[in-house]
Amino acid sequence: MADVLVPDPTTTPKDWSSDQEPRWCPGCGDYSILKAVQMLMPTLGVAREDTVFLSGIGCAARFPYYMDTYGMHTIHGRAPAIATGLAMSRPDLDVWVVTGDGDALSIGGNHLIHALRRNVDITILLFNNQIYGLTKGQYSPTSEIGKVTKSTPFGSLDQPFNPVSLALGAEATFVARTHDMDRAHMMETIRRAHDHKGAALVEVYQNCNVFNDGAFEAITGRANRESMLIPLRHGEPIRFGAEGERGVVLDGQAGARIVDVAEVGEDALLVHDEARDDPGLAFMLSRLASGPHEATPIGVFRAVERPDYAAETDRQLAAATAGGDADLASLLRSRPTWEV
Amino acid sequence: MAATDREVAEPGPNAEPVEIDRVIIRVAGDSGDGMQLTGDRFTSASALLGNDIATLPDFPAEIRAPAGTLAGVSAFQVQISDHEITTPGDRPDVLVVMNPAALRKELGRLDPGGTLLVNTDAFDERNLTKAGYRTDPLGDGSLDGYRLFEVPMTSLTKEAVQPLGVKPRDAERSKNFFALGLLSWMYTRPLEPTVTWVESRFGSKPSVRDANLAALRAGHAFGETAELFDHPYRVKPASLASGTYTNVTGNTALAWGLIAASRLSGLPVFLGSYPITPASDILHELSRHKEFGIRTLQAEDEIAGIGSAIGASFGGHLGVTTTSGPGLALKSEALGLAVSLELPLVVIDIQRGGPSTGLPTKTEASDLLQAMYGRHGESPVPVVAARSPSHCFAAAIEAARIALRYRTPVILLSDGYLANGSEPWRLPDVADLPDISVPFATEPNHTGPDGEAVFWPYLRDPETLARPWAVPGTPGLEHRIGGLEKEDGSGNISYEPSNHELMTERRAAKVAGIAHDIAPVTLTGDVDGADLLVLGWGSTWGAIDGGVERSRARGLRVAHAHLTHLNPFPPNLGEVLAAHPRVLVPEMNLGQLSRLVRAEYLVDARAVTKVRGVPFTASEIEDAIVKEMGA
Repeated sequence: MADVLVPDPTTTPKDWSSDQEPRWCPGCGDYSILKAVQMLMPTLGVAREDTVFLSGIGCAARFPYYMDTYGMHTIHGRAPAIATGLAMSRPDLDVWVVTGDGDALSIGGNHLIHALRRNVDITILLFNNQIYGLTKGQYSPTSEIGKVTKSTPFGSLDQPFNPVSLALGAEATFVARTHDMDRAHMMETIRRAHDHKGAALVEVYQNCNVFNDGAFEAITGRANRESMLIPLRHGEPIRFGAEGERGVVLDGQAGARIVDVAEVGEDALLVHDEARDDPGLAFMLSRLASGPHEATPIGVFRAVERPDYAAETDRQLAAATAGGDADLASLLRSRPTWEV
Repeated sequence: MAATDREVAEPGPNAEPVEIDRVIIRVAGDSGDGMQLTGDRFTSASALLGNDIATLPDFPAEIRAPAGTLAGVSAFQVQISDHEITTPGDRPDVLVVMNPAALRKELGRLDPGGTLLVNTDAFDERNLTKAGYRTDPLGDGSLDGYRLFEVPMTSLTKEAVQPLGVKPRDAERSKNFFALGLLSWMYTRPLEPTVTWVESRFGSKPSVRDANLAALRAGHAFGETAELFDHPYRVKPASLASGTYTNVTGNTALAWGLIAASRLSGLPVFLGSYPITPASDILHELSRHKEFGIRTLQAEDEIAGIGSAIGASFGGHLGVTTTSGPGLALKSEALGLAVSLELPLVVIDIQRGGPSTGLPTKTEASDLLQAMYGRHGESPVPVVAARSPSHCFAAAIEAARIALRYRTPVILLSDGYLANGSEPWRLPDVADLPDISVPFATEPNHTGPDGEAVFWPYLRDPETLARPWAVPGTPGLEHRIGGLEKEDGSGNISYEPSNHELMTERRAAKVAGIAHDIAPVTLTGDVDGADLLVLGWGSTWGAIDGGVERSRARGLRVAHAHLTHLNPFPPNLGEVLAAHPRVLVPEMNLGQLSRLVRAEYLVDARAVTKVRGVPFTASEIEDAIVKEMGA
């Protein structure tokens, strides 16, 4: 077992690619995410043998098979729980969870929120395509109300989850959003998530071209991005548009809202502070858009420091073992004994 | 029946103790009366005296049912003996009741002539009504057949602690120590172990400590001075095998067995567990022992409990999860994953009455078929069962040994009776415990198409059929595993029909092959030519042992075989069954082992069943044997 992470600048994206042929549908957004991650890995200063990708069930969950690292394709929704055990027992490893909106937010919702609140040092990539792909097109917990699918022929009645809002509510210390049409943004956002000590959640808007094609086109389409994506940059005023003509202000009781910069003036814009201890502001930003048809923030919503769970576990263990090797024979005699 | 020497009358309170060979005492009161503590302390003091002991805590699921009601009665039974015993006894010789509800609920267990100690202070109209008495049983003659001792325990306790300035309400709480003191006098138990325990337990609450000690001494003094009792009794130390003994419950022994398994395998233990009765004490005990490098996670649910343990096993730790029946049901999908991943994992099920929430605090052994078959697909899992509280230690090591050597999840079955029951345990010499270490894979094990060295995660050991265990952090052995069917050898995803059949058969053969690596089943009783074999598993061991001995004393030829390994069965089980014209299978369920045995060996094994939340008594087993033999 490696005690330290060995920087491995000698690898190329190809070294991180397994010999298994990806079996996603042609045109699936998952390909571009896989490519971004494989391109990112050689730059992270981690060794392949110290890297583990875990997943649950769903299209996204095939991801570990395509990475030439250690990997486990587990069962539906449980990857964060399995990752918790692995990260706690092997804090020397770099543990990743790849999940989808159904896996993470429906069947695995409980494990996700608890992994986040415990701040287990894992990086969670949540591929959100707002549909069930592997089971061939039922609505998901992020599908919009009214969604017509095989299981909702009269339209879905369910209020969707906003994964970023959910993660913030679950006491996550790192929450970000990116999308599958912008490799550079994906790589930078995922790199930030990886470098974060503690649980990091990245929602990746991902197009399912078979069952929900174009779900994010209104905001991630090449022609729409500038006007519909609100890049969050720590320490900078929040503004977007071709000329940076729109921005976000904090408006008393109304909360965060989008304005024309010309109307309010640059100085009135909200300066993004991802390190704010209070997640309230990040939550407000997560509510700016009611869905991927309105101007939507991307980037890092929140990145704060809190002790990571495995390190704290090890701290307790170190304190308990400070007295030297514990003796089994003494344990068996730790309660009253008698001789016969 | 125990010889309590009821005939001896005469001298006064300071008479010499009369020797008896054993006694069964049952204390019962309200859930808040501290009956479990009273029983536990009496047991500990008796253990230190060198008696053989066996206990049966019997408490309600409610933490505090309404005071004074039948639902709230909590009882503790202990048998102490000067010879080896295996059960807490069939029927008590002495019943101590702290209130009318306890009397009403428990009296039926006491034979006429039995000793009945009653806390008269609790017999007021309110409590009598709550218990459903129309007239006071202390005054209506209904208890005439018993040796009744009426003791105002509450008021005597209050009197004893009054000089300490303890509030009356707090004073009343110490009345269980008065009862303990009185019992200690009656059976000549020394007070010192209890005094030491009280001082350490209540050290931070001096007023509680002092009140309890005062009540304890007052109870003892009452026995000595009151003219109620003819004389105390003495139960001599049992002639047990020489060695160092301690008193353990099953759950403690299990936790210690896991710690031992960690030492013997050289692997850290990771426990992922969700609190559930009656398994939580294992989580509690392991959480205390971080000095052994034990990691514990109180998971968000049962599934995360097993999930995190699987993750730890993948990382090279000994993954363990503990639960009871409902939790095992929740874990079944993840257990199937562990079967498919072929990773070591110990799953401990402390069985309780079911289905559903069932009887959370009452014992049953009805999860055998769930352990065997409670997963989808062909999903073989080795199953090991503990037979007594102290045997939980060895059973935990054995479960870990199989899990590690064969890279498989193993289910270890205990139950509520073993979990909370206790017995003296002759401590093993740590040096004699088995080495259960297994090597991790460190090198590639196969040659790829281009002559390169590659690692195949599903290339099996030809002897054990176990796959290599390569843990993350090992360069060159990066691999992916998962719940999808894997190609034999390479472990790559495969939907090939013949491959699935092959892998299904391999997984089955691996588990079946463990039969060659476990001890053959042995017989006790009439080991040669018995007319009847009693086949048992789990916590019925003590009662069967007692029942078989009593039947043999009647002249019947009976043998007893007890299974630790339920899957696979010991290699000689078929032969043993075939050698006996009749086979009886007592079980705390409706006949689960008997069904397995009938299917596997085509023998007419007859089930003797009990699902009443309490263990079999030896006499019930004896009766079943006698009936079966037509004697």
